[in-house]
Amino acid sequence: MNRLAYLRASSLEEAKQALALPGSIALAGGTTVVDLAKLGAMKPDLLVDIGGLAGLDAVRVDAGRLHIGALARMADVSRNADVLRLAPAIAESIERAASGQIRNMATIGGNILQRTRCAYFRDASTYAACNRRTPGSGCAAIGGVTPNHAILGATDACMATYPGDLAIVLAALDATVHTDMRDVALVDLFAEAGSGRETVLADDEIITAVSVAADAGAARSSYLKLRDRQSYEFAAVSVALAVDLTGNGPQIRVAVGGVATKPWRLPSVEAVLRAGPPTRARIAEAAATAAGDARSTPDNHFKIRLLTRTLERALLTALDLS
Amino acid sequence: MRSADTPFVRSAARTDLDLHLRVNGRSHRIRAEARETLLDVLRERLGLFGTKKGCDHGQCGACTVLVDGRRVLSCLTLAAQAEHGAVTTVEGMVEHPVGRLVQAAFVAEDGLQCGYCTPGQIVSATACILEGAATSDEAIREAMSGNLCRCGAYPNIVAAVRSAAAVVERR
Repeated sequence: MNRLAYLRASSLEEAKQALALPGSIALAGGTTVVDLAKLGAMKPDLLVDIGGLAGLDAVRVDAGRLHIGALARMADVSRNADVLRLAPAIAESIERAASGQIRNMATIGGNILQRTRCAYFRDASTYAACNRRTPGSGCAAIGGVTPNHAILGATDACMATYPGDLAIVLAALDATVHTDMRDVALVDLFAEAGSGRETVLADDEIITAVSVAADAGAARSSYLKLRDRQSYEFAAVSVALAVDLTGNGPQIRVAVGGVATKPWRLPSVEAVLRAGPPTRARIAEAAATAAGDARSTPDNHFKIRLLTRTLERALLTALDLS
Repeated sequence: MRSADTPFVRSAARTDLDLHLRVNGRSHRIRAEARETLLDVLRERLGLFGTKKGCDHGQCGACTVLVDGRRVLSCLTLAAQAEHGAVTTVEGMVEHPVGRLVQAAFVAEDGLQCGYCTPGQIVSATACILEGAATSDEAIREAMSGNLCRCGAYPNIVAAVRSAAAVVERR
């Protein structure tokens, strides 16, 4: 790790002053920042420790919305009674993520902002070319080893996968990210892959909470994660669903992970599912549209079929048709 | 660091820190660089070599310690972040009511081969039992998945956690 400075912020205002300086970055749980700084994939001059800021770690229900503080730890959120009751897939996605140790450390805000696991991004000493690390430097993953790379959203600039689980569920639940300056829809938080920015947030903008409507779809939400190991592994494919059966015909929201450059909603799938009763045939038809825009490499071509089948299974399970 | 252009940041940001750490019930005052991890401070400045450096990137669990009773990875925790917490390492397990049972169970069940991952396994298993997560072999494997053992001593590790959890349950 490069020699750097550390500052423990005692208020949001202090943190913002420090984060306004070029080369500074917020530190919360540390599971991304400390890791990437050691790898040299990130070379901050100043770590602004926001972990001690008061009042940002609560989970509360307010005006029909479930609010989760940005500094709440993953482990605490996954065991929270309101989360389990109102949006069980949030808890499920956290339980399926990382390890017990990391879930004790990592915060909700940091989890959403976690960086890609693309080896060409992480290994800065071997691979100079990475548009995410150094905009305009190229992409070392092209022609490289890419079984974990994205089939949705991939461009010539970047095909790195968004690795998180929680944000996939949040995308399906139309979550809002609250910052100290404004509200942003979670699906609009992430910048175009390889654009040189990770998110649309300003350098000194701090996520304070994330919220979802505590509606029927959230109450009947689910998260299915497929991976190479049973535990402690990133998703090969994951599917988050919010199923609302209270109206005329089911309203089903669908987001997928492990296959895309950012948390990915599938409006084409949702549209097919809206067109009539959710029969097995309609579910198969809907799932078949999921990978319509896919762009694959020989290494990750398997994900097209895996995505379709995982989505089909998730829908059949969620609708009690399996 | 580069010049800080606000007085507050200039006065508060430090590349070298005077830290007050509480480890295994003892207070330590040390001077460390801001970039030093809790793992490196434990080993290199406090001489507590029980906590092991495996991958140094949060992937293997060999560096697991407790901070305020919660298991965390000391390789991804800056020493500065641990300043307000009570740190317990494997050296502190002998005084820990559950930790010492777990240590005894690892011996009785032969839950190790080379032993390098064992301090992390023991600290992690202690927390895992206290979290109430050691309810079945399957639950133990899930809860302990952040601790890798390259010798592959997993069956005996699961047996050790199961047997320590049973002793805790009886008390």
